[in-house]
Amino acid sequence: MSDVKFSIDGQEITATAGEKLLWVALEHDIFIPHLCGIREEQRPTAGCRLCFVEVEGQDRPVTACTLPVREGLVVKTRSPAVDRLVRTAFELLLSDHRLQCGKCPKNRACTLQQIARERGLKLKLTRLQHLQRDMPPVDDSTAVFAFDRSRCVLCGQCVHADQQVAKVGAIGFSCRGLNRTVSTFTGVDLEDSPCIKCGLCVKACPVGALYFLENK
Amino acid sequence: MSILSATETKYQALREKAEAKLAPLAAETIIWIGTATCGKAAGAVEVREAFKAELKNKGIDAEVREVGCMGHCYAEPLAVIAKPGFPAICYGKVDEGLVTRLVDDFLINDDPCYEFALVALEPNDVFPTFSDFPRGVYENKMILEQCGFIDPEDIDHYIAKDGYSALAKALNTEPQQVLAEINGANLRGRGGAGFPAGVKWEAVVKQVEKTRYVICNADEGDPGAFMDRSILESNPHLVVEGMIICAYAVGAGHGYLYIRSEYPQAIRRVQTALEQARERGLLGKSIMDNGFAFDLEVFTGAGAFVCGEGTALINSMEGKLGMPEHRPPRLSTAGLRGKPTVLNNVKTFAYVPLIMKKGADWFKNTGTAESPGTAVFALAGKVENPGLVEVPMGTTLRQLIYDVGQGIPGEKEFKAVQIGGPSGGCLPEASLDIPIDFDSLKEGGAIMGSGGIVVLDEDDCMVRIARYFLKFTQQESCGKCTFCRLGTKHMLDILTAITKGEGKLSDLETLRELAEDVQVGSLCNLGRTAPNPILTTLQYFYDEYKAHIEEKRCPSLMCPDLIAYFIAPEQCSKLCNACVGSCPVEAVYTRDDGLKAIDQEKCVKCDNCLKACPIEYNAVIKLSPPALLAEKEGSTK
Ligand SMILES: Cc1cc2nc3c(=O)[nH]c(=O)nc-3n(C[C@H](O)[C@H](O)[C@H](O)COP(=O)(O)O)c2cc1C
Repeated sequence: MSDVKFSIDGQEITATAGEKLLWVALEHDIFIPHLCGIREEQRPTAGCRLCFVEVEGQDRPVTACTLPVREGLVVKTRSPAVDRLVRTAFELLLSDHRLQCGKCPKNRACTLQQIARERGLKLKLTRLQHLQRDMPPVDDSTAVFAFDRSRCVLCGQCVHADQQVAKVGAIGFSCRGLNRTVSTFTGVDLEDSPCIKCGLCVKACPVGALYFLENK
Repeated sequence: MSILSATETKYQALREKAEAKLAPLAAETIIWIGTATCGKAAGAVEVREAFKAELKNKGIDAEVREVGCMGHCYAEPLAVIAKPGFPAICYGKVDEGLVTRLVDDFLINDDPCYEFALVALEPNDVFPTFSDFPRGVYENKMILEQCGFIDPEDIDHYIAKDGYSALAKALNTEPQQVLAEINGANLRGRGGAGFPAGVKWEAVVKQVEKTRYVICNADEGDPGAFMDRSILESNPHLVVEGMIICAYAVGAGHGYLYIRSEYPQAIRRVQTALEQARERGLLGKSIMDNGFAFDLEVFTGAGAFVCGEGTALINSMEGKLGMPEHRPPRLSTAGLRGKPTVLNNVKTFAYVPLIMKKGADWFKNTGTAESPGTAVFALAGKVENPGLVEVPMGTTLRQLIYDVGQGIPGEKEFKAVQIGGPSGGCLPEASLDIPIDFDSLKEGGAIMGSGGIVVLDEDDCMVRIARYFLKFTQQESCGKCTFCRLGTKHMLDILTAITKGEGKLSDLETLRELAEDVQVGSLCNLGRTAPNPILTTLQYFYDEYKAHIEEKRCPSLMCPDLIAYFIAPEQCSKLCNACVGSCPVEAVYTRDDGLKAIDQEKCVKCDNCLKACPIEYNAVIKLSPPALLAEKEGSTK
């Protein structure tokens, strides 16, 4: 594949044509918020809706994880329209995320905290109510790590680690809509699933939904 | 005389056979019953059986046959009697009593019982036909023309009425010419977005990959929409023929009709159609001996609304979760199994044989320059004559509602028209002169959608209507992307709070912001269009939202939490107990002085007492806000 020249926030960048902008930007230390992006995936999930950027000539922000770089592309990672979408998507995610950072094993290493810091966003709800709904209890059946659904942002990093990297297939997405969740097949405890406790899913989790039990 | 091609010879043979088979029917008495799902729901099966029983009992030689839907929902079940010597006559709201009457008076004696007739189907000197009614003047049936008039389970009916001649014509030309005709007609997709079909087909033709697919989208998930079902149940061959022509134009070897499993009768009739087409060499290895190979099969979808979205539909066909993907790639580059794929709506395919047969110019003679042809609507809600209607593009909403639908029943005032289903919007009185076409409706904030139209009157609360549609999209959201999964839920929660009188004015600002962001930020068009009912009602009916919030008042007296039922003592008869008897929770009681009253604590606002109170008293009234009750009750103590 040929190299192409383009710019992000005024910085001239050379990359392989067709690479997705998100990964090129991150390689150049340009921050773009993201949760669900997986570089190896042929077809990006594009589900978290955080990696919006502004592309010259396009009237709406586009997701960086799906944008192939091409010659002459002019990208801005910030604009009023981008900031507005990111703020809303972020607040929507927070409204369905148990927000007790002090008690969270991922405190200070959480991607949500990083996004808030980088983009000057609040780690609390300003316009929305927290969604009140029943959550399954924390699954700590393996004694090695635990899964707390109330912190899960449905990014799918753990599912990818389990299915594509570890090639185990203990967990996957199930249910639809608001009930969409990461679960074992038929929802049995992790201990009763094919899980081999390799811990790859835990390491992949950007928030505190999956965590090792010793440093709880 | 030119020498006929193999295709023409084959078609002529098919045609002659079909005509020969049907010719004797002209001399027989035939009773046609409309047994599309809509007819069946209204009792068509019972009517069919009643006719059969009566004919047998009375020893009459006549045949009972089934047809699809004529689109006159308000008059179902429908029966047509074709008796030699009389024009074919259509009867509406047929029941078993009328069946006996028709058999005795019309079939045995020669009285066609005009007092029960709806219309005659052929021009005659005695009785009006559809075209003599206002609806007939505005309607222009292209793809619905044969619906309800041919037997959908007998391919020969379709062939005898010129069916498959368009395919024969297409096969006699080059694929490029077919494409040119469709492009020339500017046929725009009827599944909602109005994308030009020819452009889509051409994109497939340009692909290097030679394995290509044609798929018909019959997922039809909009609540209240039934156009596609009706067409598949009433004239499946029209769609099949359109798909074969498309396959020829784009070089596809295989195709599918994606039909939701909630449409068992459509599935059955399409399968029958495919079998019969295959038997006659209209599908298979060498269609009409032309050498072109193509076959079709039905794929039964599980009926998720989002599976009507192209990429989700493909995923569901491939056995994956029925969830949308980011586009591009478009289906024309990478569709089913990664191969170039044409996906069109049922109606889009249905126009194709007509355009092939009559030409692009004929098609463009109807409708507007940018949206040629007709629009098919499932007209529902507060109109006199709901039904399946087909009008030229460019007809105004006012004409559709007042002339075709015959206006609002019962002296009520028009309030809004919801067009485009859950992805559409609500337009007010001031928008009624908007012409119905893809672009004008979009400007007005609604969309053409796939054709659902619901007319709303003064009794409909616009906040509740917005909430109704949002509840639908929220439940149908696949959950993959943040904006749709969580955004629709928050918008629904806000709307629910408002209808309960628990909203704040600042909620309206949040609602608008959320709606705009969900519109821009969602992954697929389900999320991107879900806010339309909210944004249009906020735009046109802001005062209703405000009344709910500031005065805890529902102007349409519809939101249960914001109304109270009250029995006006000066109107109550004391002697009648209708309201007391109608109450399912014993909230209505008789006071010591004989007047009736309602225990507000127990009342579940079911509306029964109001309906039960005899019209001469009209004593039960609805109040909003409920605070008005104190005043009223104070004055009666
Ligand atoms: C949530 C959603 C549901 C849809 N449902 C349908 C449907 O039931 N039938 C349909 O033809 N198109 C539906 N569409 C539109 C299709 O994605 C696609 O545009 C259409 O089938 C293309 O055909 P056309 O060009 O003939 O309109 C839906 C789109 C979305 C976003």
